[in-house]
Amino acid sequence: MSVSRSPGQLDVRPDVSTFATPLVRPAAEPYYHAVGDECEVFAAAAGSCLPVMLKGPTGCGKTRFVEHMAWRLQRPLVTVACHDDLTTADLVGRYLIVGDETVWMDGPLTAAVRAGAICYLDEIVEARKDTTVVIHPLTDSRRALPVEKRGEYVEAPPDFMLVISYNPGYQSVLKEMKPSTRQRFVALDFDYPEAAVEARIVAHEGGVDEATAQKLVKLGGLTRKLKGAGLDEGAGTRLLVHAAQLVARGMAPATACTAAIARPLADEPDTRNALDDLISAVF
Amino acid sequence: MSGRKLFAHELEARLDQLLLLSLRQRSPKEPAARLEVLPRAMQERVLHWVAVAAQGSNDLGWLLASLAAEHAAGLGAQLGAQLDDWARAGLEAYDHGGLDAARNVLGEYAAAHENRSPRSREAVSFAAMEGRLSCFLQALDGRPLKLASGARAWTDSETLWLPERLDVAPDAAGNCRLYKLMAAMLWAQARFGSFNTDPEPELELWPDRERALDWFAVFEAMRLEACIAVDLPGLAREIAVLRGPWPEALEAAAARLGQPGASAADSLACMAELRKVGAGETPVLPHVGAMDPLAARRVRAARIARDTAVLRRALKVLAALDSKSGAQGDSQYAPLAAEGDFQIGDPQADLVVLPPDAREAAKSLQQDLGEVPRAALHPAGPGTWQPVAGGGEEPVVADSAARPDALYDEWDYRRGAMRRGWCHLYESEGQAGEQEWVDAVRLRHAHLIRSIRRRFESLRGEDKPQRRQFDGEEIDLDAQVDARADRKSGGEPSPRLFIHRRRIERSLAVMFMVDMSGSTKGWVNDAERESLVLLCEAIEALGDSYAIYGFSGWTRTRCDIYRIKRFGDRYDAGTRSRIAGIEARDYTRMGGAVRHLSGLLHKQNARHKLLVTLSDGRPDDHGDEYRGRYGIEDTRRALLEAREKGIRSYCVTIDRHGADYLPQLYGPAHYSVIDDAKKLPQKIAEIYRKLTG
Repeated sequence: MSVSRSPGQLDVRPDVSTFATPLVRPAAEPYYHAVGDECEVFAAAAGSCLPVMLKGPTGCGKTRFVEHMAWRLQRPLVTVACHDDLTTADLVGRYLIVGDETVWMDGPLTAAVRAGAICYLDEIVEARKDTTVVIHPLTDSRRALPVEKRGEYVEAPPDFMLVISYNPGYQSVLKEMKPSTRQRFVALDFDYPEAAVEARIVAHEGGVDEATAQKLVKLGGLTRKLKGAGLDEGAGTRLLVHAAQLVARGMAPATACTAAIARPLADEPDTRNALDDLISAVF
Repeated sequence: MSGRKLFAHELEARLDQLLLLSLRQRSPKEPAARLEVLPRAMQERVLHWVAVAAQGSNDLGWLLASLAAEHAAGLGAQLGAQLDDWARAGLEAYDHGGLDAARNVLGEYAAAHENRSPRSREAVSFAAMEGRLSCFLQALDGRPLKLASGARAWTDSETLWLPERLDVAPDAAGNCRLYKLMAAMLWAQARFGSFNTDPEPELELWPDRERALDWFAVFEAMRLEACIAVDLPGLAREIAVLRGPWPEALEAAAARLGQPGASAADSLACMAELRKVGAGETPVLPHVGAMDPLAARRVRAARIARDTAVLRRALKVLAALDSKSGAQGDSQYAPLAAEGDFQIGDPQADLVVLPPDAREAAKSLQQDLGEVPRAALHPAGPGTWQPVAGGGEEPVVADSAARPDALYDEWDYRRGAMRRGWCHLYESEGQAGEQEWVDAVRLRHAHLIRSIRRRFESLRGEDKPQRRQFDGEEIDLDAQVDARADRKSGGEPSPRLFIHRRRIERSLAVMFMVDMSGSTKGWVNDAERESLVLLCEAIEALGDSYAIYGFSGWTRTRCDIYRIKRFGDRYDAGTRSRIAGIEARDYTRMGGAVRHLSGLLHKQNARHKLLVTLSDGRPDDHGDEYRGRYGIEDTRRALLEAREKGIRSYCVTIDRHGADYLPQLYGPAHYSVIDDAKKLPQKIAEIYRKLTG
C-alpha cells in the first residue's frame, strides 16, 4: 500500500498542504473476504452518492472493508479516527500562522470533499456531539460543506463519499448516535465471520497454516462467549490475526495468544486466568 | 492472655457462660475434657467461634463446641486457619440450610481434613477459584452450568459441585490445575452425554453399586478425554499428564472408548466385559469426580420436558404466524406440524429462525438426546399436550411479588467473612405525599432558594476559552500581537498563539440516600424533606445528574428501598410529592442499602460519583444483632466496596454523637454533623456546593 499526497490543493500554500491530509490510494488490492453482499451494497451506495454507516464489533474488518472498496472504486481514501476531543475545526480546517501570515489549512473532511475521496470517520460516536453535526449537509441532497471561517461553500463532487463506522457494543448512553445523524446513512451490519471463513482470513493475513488458524478461531469463539461475563467484547478477528502473525514469526502459539489475545482483553485477575486456561486448553 | 492451657473445669465454665448450658440440661463436661488437650491459642479460637455461633443460635454454638471437641485431636495438629475455615463453612451452611445443614457440613469438612498432613499453605479453596472457573466454563461450549461447592466433585448435568478445598498437589498451582481439570471433566460429562444412556441395567448386575459407579466414572473419563481432545487438545494433554499412563489391563478399553463416536453405552459395554472377568480396584484418578446417574437423569428428564415445552411453544407461535401470513404452502413449519416427518439436518441453520430461548432449548435437547426429537417439533396444540414442566414456571412468576428484588451479602466482622445472600432487598416506588407541603416549603424559603440558585448558576460548566495554547480552533490575537512585538524586538516569540475552547463539564452523578428509620419521626423527617427540596432546587440550577432514594429496614429479610427520584426522572410534580411523602418507618439497616444504591450509582456514566447519606444516627436494626459494632462494620465494608467502584461517600447527620463512629465509617472530613435539625435545610446546599465545587 503506498501513500501519495494530493498535489496542489486549491488556494492552499504548498508548504502547508504538505502537512495536510494524506489521501491514500492503495496500490495493491487490500485483502478482504466478503461474507455477504456488502461489497455490492457499498458500490451501489457509492454510485447513488449515498453515505454509508458500518456497524459492528471492534476488529471485525470494517476499516479493511473500506480500504478494499476504495481500491475497487479507484477513489482516494481519507481516514479520521474520532476521539472525544475532536472539534469541528479538526475536521473542517483552521488558520495557521506561518511567518507573518495566516494561512488556511484544510481539515481532512474538507480535503476529502475537494478531492472527491472517500472520507472514513472511524468510531464516530467517540466524537463530540456538536462535531458530528458538521457532516449533516454533506449527507443529504445538498452534498456540500460550509466552511464558515472562510465563508466558503464547498460542493462535493460525485466521487466524494462519506463513510462512518460505529460499534453498537458500547452500552453506554452517552455513546449513542442521534437519530438525526443515523437516518442519513445506508447501514451495513458487520459481525465476526463464520468459523471456516474466519480461519481462512486468519491463515491468509497471519501467514499461518490452516490448522493453527482453526485453533485460533476456536479460541476467539470461546472468548466471545465471555462478552458481558468478564469481557466487554470478545477477541476480534484482528486480535486473532495479530496472534497468528506472532506465531508465524516462530513464537509458541500459547505464548503468542497470551500476548496478543489474553492480555489486551482483560486486566481483571479471574478473567485473565480463565483466558490463560482457555489458551492452554485449545493448544 | 497467659500461655497456660485452660483446664477442663475452666473450659466448662466458659462454655456454660457462652451457651447457657445449665439452663438446657446439657453438660459441658465431655467437650471440655476433650478440648483440654489443645494449646491455649487453639482453645481460645474454638471458644471464639462458639461465641460467634451462639449469636446465631445456642444450638449451633453447642454443635460447634461438641464437634470441635470430637475432632480436637485432628484440629490440634493443624493450623488455626483451618479451624477458621471449618467454622465459617458451618456458619454459612447454617445461614442457608439451618442446623442440619450445618451439622452435615461441619462433619464432612472435619472428616475430610482430619488425617491430612498440615500442608494447608498450598491448599486452594473453592472460593478462590470460583470466579476463574465460572469464567472458564462460560466460554466452553454447551449449556450454561452453575458452580457450587460441595463435599465431593460431581454434577447433575446442570450444576457442578466441586470440593470446598483442594490440598492434593504439592503446590498451589497444582491444586488450581486440579480444580480446573475436575471442572472440565464434569463439564464434559454434561456436554458429551454421560447421562444419555440409562446405566441402571448394568449397575444392577454389580454386587457393589459404589464400585460399579467408580468404574463407570473411570470408563467415562477415558471416553470424555478423547472427546475433549478433539477441540481442546491442550486440556486433554494436561489431563493425560495428571493421570499418568493407563494400567496395561485397561489400555484396550481406553483405545476403544477413544474412538470418535463412542458413547456412554460403550463405557457400559466395557463395564459388562470387566464384570465378566472380575473387576479389581479402580485406578486412582484425582481429577475424576463421583457419578450419581440417578440424580443426573432426574434433572435431565425434567430439563428435556422443559426444553420440549419451550420449543413447541415457539413453534406454535411460528405456525400461527405462518398461517396468518397465508403462506401455508411455502412455510417451513406448517408441513412438519401436520406430518411430523421433519428431520433437522443442520441444527444451526434451521434453528436460526427460532427466538433465542427456543434456540437454547433446542441446542440443549440436542446435547441431551443427540438430536431434536420429533415430539418436540410438533407445535403445542390446544388440548393435545399440557405443558407440565412449563407450568412449573408459573407459580414462580406469581410468587415474584414476594421475592426480593436483590440479595446482598453482609459482612460479619466476627467471622471475618461475608454472609452470602443475607440481606433481602425490596425496591418500590416512594409514596406520594401532599404537593401543598412542597409549595409551602418553597414559599417559606423563597429567598434562600433564590440566593442558592444564583450562587450555583455561577458554578455551571460552560465552554471556557483557554488562551495561549499550542493548538486550537481560533487565533489568539493578543498572543499574536505579543509574538510579533517579540520578533520585531529580536526576542524569541512564543509559539502559543491559539485559543482552544474546552467544555468544562461537571461530569457528576450524585445519589442521595435518605434515612427513613423510625427515629427520624418528627423534626428530623421535616428537616430531611425540606433539605431535599432545597437541594433539588440547587442542583437543578447546576444541571448535575442526581437521584434520591429512601431506605428503611426491618431485619435482614425486609430491607426496603423507596424510589423518590431516579437519575432519569425530572424534578416534577411527581418527584416533589414523593419527597413530601417521605415518612419515618422502621430501622436503619444500612449495609444493604449502601450496596444497592452504590450499584445503581455505579451504572451512571459520570466521571465523578458521589453517595450522600442523610441520616440521624448510627446503623441499627430490629433485634440486637445489627446494633452496635456489627452494623457499623457492615456499613463500613459496604462503603469500602463502593469506594472500590470509584464512588465517594459523604454523610450528613443530625446525630450529635456521630463524631464517635463517623470517622470510622466515612473517613475523616467526609461527614458533617449538624447539631440542630432545623439548621439542616440552611446548611445542606452549602455543604453540597463545597463538596462538588
